[in-house]
Amino acid sequence: MLNWLRWLPENVSTYGADVDALIALIWYTTVVWFVLTFGAIGLFLVLYRRRSGRPAAYVQGERLRQALWVLVPVAIVLVIDLWLDFRGAPVWAKVKLERPPAALSIQVTGKQFNWEVLYPGPDGKFGTPDDKLFLDELHVPVNRPVRVVLKSRDVIHSFFLPNFRLKQDMVPGREIEGWFQATRPGQFELPCAELCGFGHSGMKGYLYVHPEAEYDRWVKEQWS
Amino acid sequence: MTTATAEHVERGFWTTYVFSTDHKTIAKQYLTLGLFWTLVGGLLAGAMRWQLAWPDSAIPLMGEIGPEVYNMLVTMHGTIMVFFVAMPILLGAFGNFLIPLMIGARDMVFPRLNMLSVWTFALASLVMLASFFVPGGAASAGWTAYPPLSAKAAYTGVEWGLNLWILGLALEFASFLMGGVNYLTTVIALRAPGMTLTRVPLAVWQQLAAATLFLLSVGPLIGGAVMLLLDRTLGTGFYAPELGGDPLLWQHLFWFFGHPEVYVVLLPALGFVLEVLPVFSRKPIFGYRWIIGATVVAAALSFIVWAHHMFISGMDPRLAMPFSVTTILISVPFAWVVFAMIATLWRGSIRFDVPMLWALGFLTMFIIGGLTGIFNGSAPVDLYVSRTYFVVAHFHYTLFSAVVFGGLAGVYYWFPKMFGRMLSGPLGQLHFWLTLIFFNVTFFPMHHIGLAGMVRRIANPLQYDMLVPHQWLNVLATYGALCLLAAQLPFVINLLWSWRAGAPAPRNPWNAATLEWAAPSPPPHLNWGPSVPRVYRGAYEYSVPGEREDWLPQDLAPLARSR
Amino acid sequence: MAVRLEVEEIPGGIPAGKVAMWWFLASEIMMFGGLITCYIVFRLGGSGWAEASNHLSMTLAATNTLVLLTSSYTIVQAFVAAERGSAPALRRHLGLTILGGLIFLGIKAVEYTTEIRAGFTPDAGIFWSFYYTMTGLHALHVMGGLVVNGVVLLTAGTAIKHPHRVELAGLYWHFVDVVWIFLFPLLYLA
Ligand code: HEA
Ligand code: HEA
Ligand code: CUA
Ligand SMILES: [Cu+2]
Repeated sequence: MLNWLRWLPENVSTYGADVDALIALIWYTTVVWFVLTFGAIGLFLVLYRRRSGRPAAYVQGERLRQALWVLVPVAIVLVIDLWLDFRGAPVWAKVKLERPPAALSIQVTGKQFNWEVLYPGPDGKFGTPDDKLFLDELHVPVNRPVRVVLKSRDVIHSFFLPNFRLKQDMVPGREIEGWFQATRPGQFELPCAELCGFGHSGMKGYLYVHPEAEYDRWVKEQWS
Repeated sequence: MTTATAEHVERGFWTTYVFSTDHKTIAKQYLTLGLFWTLVGGLLAGAMRWQLAWPDSAIPLMGEIGPEVYNMLVTMHGTIMVFFVAMPILLGAFGNFLIPLMIGARDMVFPRLNMLSVWTFALASLVMLASFFVPGGAASAGWTAYPPLSAKAAYTGVEWGLNLWILGLALEFASFLMGGVNYLTTVIALRAPGMTLTRVPLAVWQQLAAATLFLLSVGPLIGGAVMLLLDRTLGTGFYAPELGGDPLLWQHLFWFFGHPEVYVVLLPALGFVLEVLPVFSRKPIFGYRWIIGATVVAAALSFIVWAHHMFISGMDPRLAMPFSVTTILISVPFAWVVFAMIATLWRGSIRFDVPMLWALGFLTMFIIGGLTGIFNGSAPVDLYVSRTYFVVAHFHYTLFSAVVFGGLAGVYYWFPKMFGRMLSGPLGQLHFWLTLIFFNVTFFPMHHIGLAGMVRRIANPLQYDMLVPHQWLNVLATYGALCLLAAQLPFVINLLWSWRAGAPAPRNPWNAATLEWAAPSPPPHLNWGPSVPRVYRGAYEYSVPGEREDWLPQDLAPLARSR
Repeated sequence: MAVRLEVEEIPGGIPAGKVAMWWFLASEIMMFGGLITCYIVFRLGGSGWAEASNHLSMTLAATNTLVLLTSSYTIVQAFVAAERGSAPALRRHLGLTILGGLIFLGIKAVEYTTEIRAGFTPDAGIFWSFYYTMTGLHALHVMGGLVVNGVVLLTAGTAIKHPHRVELAGLYWHFVDVVWIFLFPLLYLA
C-alpha cells in the first residue's frame, strides 16, 4: 500500500523500464523530503510546544547567517531539481524523439468513440487497396519496433497504453507519430485518456502482442 | 478620485447591507456567495464519487445518471471550486476584508468599483447557476474546455450550457479584474503613515502577488474565450483545423492563464498561514524579506511553465524538456517558503488553537501536493501519470489544502474580527480533525489508483479490466468523500451558532501584532475612529527580548512602551 | 463621525486613478498582445492570408488611422484646456475627440457591410475570423472610450476642477489608438 511503485501495471515495453526507473528516482527523492519536512515539523511541534517560563526565541531570519538555515536546504533542492531533469531528458528523448526503424507501421485514428486501426497490408503502403481496417484492436509482433501514426476525426482523444508507459494525444488536423516495442506476448488494454464526450468512459480497445509465428499466421488469415 | 463621504452620511438598510461600498460588507457578500457555491461544488463532488464507487446505481436525490451527466458534474465541480469558491473566498472575501485593515486604510481606494465588482460576481454566479437549467444542461467539456469538444455543440450535446459557461466566466474575470486593480492601487495609495512596503504583512503581499498574476495572465484567455464563443456561434474556425484553425491554440491560451491561476488560488492561502504561524508560535516569521523574494520568483516562473500541462498534447516534443526544467525549478521558491515556515516553528512557543491547526494542516498537505507536482513536472513521468487520478490527487492536495485548510485557517483566525464573536474551539477542533482524516482517506488512494492506470473523467471504472481489482480504492475514496462532506457540519453549526450567540470577541483575541487587531471587533464603518493609526515597526515583532508583553503591535508608539 | 475617505492622491502625488488605469491597461495589453501573437503565429504558419487581406479597403483604413490619430491629438488639447481651467475649450476638444471616434466607427461599419456583402463573413476563413475578432474587439473598446469621453464632457464643469479625469480618459483613448496602430499594418498592409 505504501510503496507507490508497486501499483504500476506490469511493464511490457522496451523503454517502460526507463520510465519506471525515473518514477522510482523521484519517488525516493520525494519520500526523503517528505520524511525530512514532516519529521522536522513533528519534532518542533513537540519540542517547542508552549511551556510556562520558556519564551520563544526572537529570531527574525533576515540576516544571511540565519537565512543559511533555509538557503542551504534550498540549494540542495536546486541541485536535485537539475539532477532530475538531467536524468529525465534521455528517457523523454527515447520515447518521444527517437524513431527506431520500424518493421511495421499502423495508423490509428480516434473518433467518438472508437479506435480505427488501419494496416497498410503486404505492400506496406497506406492508401492502397490492400489496406485493412480494424475496430478497437491492434495486432503486433513481439520484440519488434512498431510505428503508430495517430490521427483524429473529430475531437481530441488520447492513445494510452498503460503497460507500455506510452500516452499521446490525437489532435484533429495533425498526424502524430509514436512508437513502441513489446517485450512479451499478451493482450493489453488501450483506454482513451482525454475527455472526448459522453462515450469517453469506456472508449477503449485492446492491443494483442503475438509471438512471431502466431503474428505471421494472423497476417496470412487477414490478407489472403 | 473617489470621495466616499457623500453616500456614507446616512446609511439605511440598503446602503448598509446590500448596495454597500464598505469593504467589510463586500467581503462578507463574497464569503456568502463563496460558501453557497462550496455547498454546490461539494454536493456535485459527492454525486461524482457515488457514481465512481457504485457505477450506474441510483444516487440519493439524483437517481441514476448517465455519462453525459457525469461529465457535466466533473466540469461544473472543477469550474465552481476554482472560480466560484476559491477565488471569491480567498481573494474576494479576505482580500477585501484584510487589505484596508492591515495597511491601516479606511476602505478600498475605489469603494464604488469594489461594489461593482461584487455585483458583477453575483451576476456571474447567476449566469453559471442558470446554465444548469437550460435545455442540454450545463457545460460538460471539462473545466479546461478543450476544443474541438467544446467548440461544436454536436460533440457534447450541450448548446447553451457552454455558451453561458463562457459568459459566466467572462463576468467572473471582469469582477476579479476590477478587484485586482482595486487591491493593487489601494496598497500603493492608502497605506497608513509609517506603513512602509517592508512593514506590510505577508498576507497583503500575497494578495498583491495573486492580483498581479491574475491581471497579467487572464488577458490572453479572455481573447481565447471570445474566439471559442465565436467558433460556437458564428462558425469561425480558430480551433477547427478544417478551417485553418488549431485546437492546441486554446490549450496554450488556457494554460498560460491556468498555471498562474492555480497560484492565484495558492498565494492568498499561503498568506493566511504566514500570518497564523508566527502568532501561534509567538515568534517572528522566519525571513520576511526572503519570503517576499521567493514569492516574486515563483510568480515570475509561473508564466513560463504552462506547457507542463501539454507534454503529451501533440505540441513539438522538443519543447517538453525546457518546460520540464522551468516547472521543476519552481519547487525552489516554494521550498524556500516551506522551509521558512518550518523554521518559524523552531524554538517557538507553540499554541495549538484552531487557526494554528488549520495552518499546520495546510503546511503538511501542501508539501504532499507539491511533491507529487514534481512527478508531473518531469516530462517522462508525466507521460505516464498525465490524465490519470495521480494528477487528480496532486491537484486536490494542492488546491484543497489552499482553499480548505488555508481558507479555514483564515476563517477561524479572523472570524472574531469579522463578526465580533469567537468561534467555538471544541467544534473547531472536531471540524479540523475530521476534515484532515477524511481528506486523506478520500484523496490519498487516488495516487495509487492513478498509478494503477485509472484515467480522469470516466464515469465507470468497472469498464476497464485493469481497474476492476482496484475498485475497492474507489469505494474507499467515496466513503471518505461522503464523510468529508459530513465533517463540514460542525463548521456550519459553529458558524451559525457563534455568529448569533458566540462569546463577544475582544479587540485582539490572539495577541497579534498586525494592524487589523488594533481596530474594534467588528471594526466600525471606515474602520478607525477619528484618525488612522500610525505604524512604528514590522508586522511580526513577537517575543522581543526585554519587552513586558510577548508581542509589539505595529501601531504601539515607542514611548508608550516604557510604562 | 465626520471622517472622510480622502484618497485623491498617493504619497508620490500621482492620482490613484492613474495607477489603477495603468494596471487595467496592463491586462488590456496582455489581451490584445495575446490575440496579435496568435495572429502572427498563425499567419507565419499558414498561406493565402495576403490574398484575403487584399480584399480589405486600404483607403478607408488609412483614413480611419488618420481620424483616430487626430482624435488623440484633440484629447491632449482637451487635457491642456482642463488644466487651463477653460470649460468651453475642454468641451470643444472633447466634442471633436468624440466626433473622431464616431467617424471611425462609421467608416468601420461601412467596411464591415461591404466585406460581408462580398461574402467575406467571419466564417469565410481564418483570416476573416481574426480580422473580425480583432477589429471587433477594438471597436468595442472605441465605444467604451466614447462613453468615458461622453461622461467627462457632460461633467466638464467638475472636470476642470479635476483635470486628471481628462488625463485618464486621454490615457485610455491613446491606448485604443495604439492598438489600432498595431492592427492596421498587421491586417491591412502585411
Ligand atoms: C493550488 C494549486 C496548485 C499548486 C500549488 C500546484 C503546484 C504544482 N504543480 Fe500542479 N496542478 C494543479 C494545481 C496546482 N499545482 C491543477 C488544478 C492541475 C490540473 C489541471 C487539470 O488538468 O485539470 C495541476 C496539474 C499539474 C501538472 C499537469 C499534470 C498533467 O495534467 O499531466 C503539472 C505538471 O508539471 C503540475 C506541476 C506542479 C508543480 C511542479 C507544482 C509546484 O508548484 C510544487 C512546488 C512545491 C513543492 C515541490 C513542495 C515544497 C518543496 C519541498 C518540500 C522541497 C523538496 C522538493 C524537491 C526536492 C523537488 N501540476
Ligand atoms: C478548490 C478546488 C477543489 C475542491 C475543494 C475539490 C473538492 C473535492 N473534489 Fe475535486 N476537482 C477540482 C477542484 C476541487 N475539488 C478540479 C479543478 C477538478 C478537475 C475537473 C475536471 O477534470 O474538469 C476536480 C475533479 C475532481 C475529481 C475527478 C473527476 C474525474 O476526473 O472524473 C474528483 C473525483 O473524485 C473530485 C472529487 C472531489 C471531492 C470528493 C471533493 C470534496 O473535498 C468535496 C467536499 C466538499 C468540501 C469538503 C467542502 C470544502 C470546503 C470548501 C471548499 C470551502 C470552505 C472554506 C472556507 C469557508 C474558507 N474532484
Ligand atoms: Cu476518446 Cu476519450
Ligand atoms: Cu500547472
